[in-house]
Amino acid sequence: MILIISTCKEKLHEKEFVEPIETILKDSGKKHFTRHYTNIKKGDLQNAKKIIITGTSLQDNEYLNNLETFSYLRGKETLLKQTPILGICAGMQILTLVEYLGQEVGNLNVKANFANIQKKQLEIGYFKEEFKQEFLGLQGKQEVYHLHQNTFKIPKNYETYTLSKTPQAIKHTEKPWYATLFHPEVRNKELIQTFAELT
Amino acid sequence: MKLATLFSGGKDSTYATYLAKKQGHEIACLISIIPENKDSYMFHTPSINQTETQAKHMNMPIIQQKTKGKKEEEIQDLEKAIQKAKKEYSIQGIITGAVESVYQATRIQKICHKLQLECFNPLWQKNQLHLLEELIKNKFEIIIIGIAAYPLEKNWLGKKIDKSFIKEVETLQKKYGFNPAGEGGEYETFVTNCPLFKTPISIEQYKDTGKEHSWRRTLHTK
Repeated sequence: MILIISTCKEKLHEKEFVEPIETILKDSGKKHFTRHYTNIKKGDLQNAKKIIITGTSLQDNEYLNNLETFSYLRGKETLLKQTPILGICAGMQILTLVEYLGQEVGNLNVKANFANIQKKQLEIGYFKEEFKQEFLGLQGKQEVYHLHQNTFKIPKNYETYTLSKTPQAIKHTEKPWYATLFHPEVRNKELIQTFAELT
Repeated sequence: MKLATLFSGGKDSTYATYLAKKQGHEIACLISIIPENKDSYMFHTPSINQTETQAKHMNMPIIQQKTKGKKEEEIQDLEKAIQKAKKEYSIQGIITGAVESVYQATRIQKICHKLQLECFNPLWQKNQLHLLEELIKNKFEIIIIGIAAYPLEKNWLGKKIDKSFIKEVETLQKKYGFNPAGEGGEYETFVTNCPLFKTPISIEQYKDTGKEHSWRRTLHTK
């Protein structure tokens, strides 16, 4: 089953950022279940063959105040090192921050560490991005939908797949963990379908 | 949260309002932009003047902002209206009925970001036939008041959205690539009753104008 982890503070935002992903998976015949990031049980992670961490609204940064809830992603010995993960926008930020912060992810004062790895980058709407190599079925120039106001530096064990100055699609060099800054559920549904088909 | 809806009187913005209220949000006010240009780029125009009547039936205050309806200038008028809602009603966010229009969604997201407001789009990327089915299931009574696409004709004005309507738009979708929810401007709607209304709206009279495959029905309501 594919686990969808909602990062939305407001449940009403799940209609915008979670339900479209659920629809793509349902239409592809892929079984899935959704949990809020504050309500993940160990059994959920064990039952997940793949994980998608969703995006959320522009104004919602609550997940950054609760990074310790993603401790299960940290370190080399994570349970999930063989589990394909796709982080979308906020999901990408979470994956990269957990990599940077490592054992410090459980430290509630880590926000102070963001300043040197976070950058303001407001991008809203359709943009053309160029993929230097195939990324979950996308290649060449593609129109993608952006809705973000921050980016984070990409950790050295993530490879960048787009030519833009701000990395838009990255993959861990050792684990099947993917992340996009753009929202594929709007314009690039095939990316999510390709991820769901990964073996 | 205290929210305001960008309200056109049509099915999408009304349904988005209903979904927000159902989840416990307070709808502090509605915001309607009244374009002088009947072919406004951003704003739904047939019978937009009737939103005041709909607001009364929902017992909600409404801010009505006029705009000349010129491309991009009308965005500034929208921003003014949202700022007014923030000042007068202390809103924390905006609700829209956007389904697929990135043109609309992008512009509204930018305004909300500038004004530090949340932006809720609960119909975003929804399957449009499912959206129509949900409207019927949730007892929305909706009529067609504008058409602007082949092969639609004058006899569509006044049509109700019901199960046979859904079958008809599904056929049109397969044959012509028709947008079933009308978000491409194929048709415009007016909500006459729904769970948000204290009483249904009655249509006292109407006037149809247009030709060929472009018609609109101007309503006078109570």
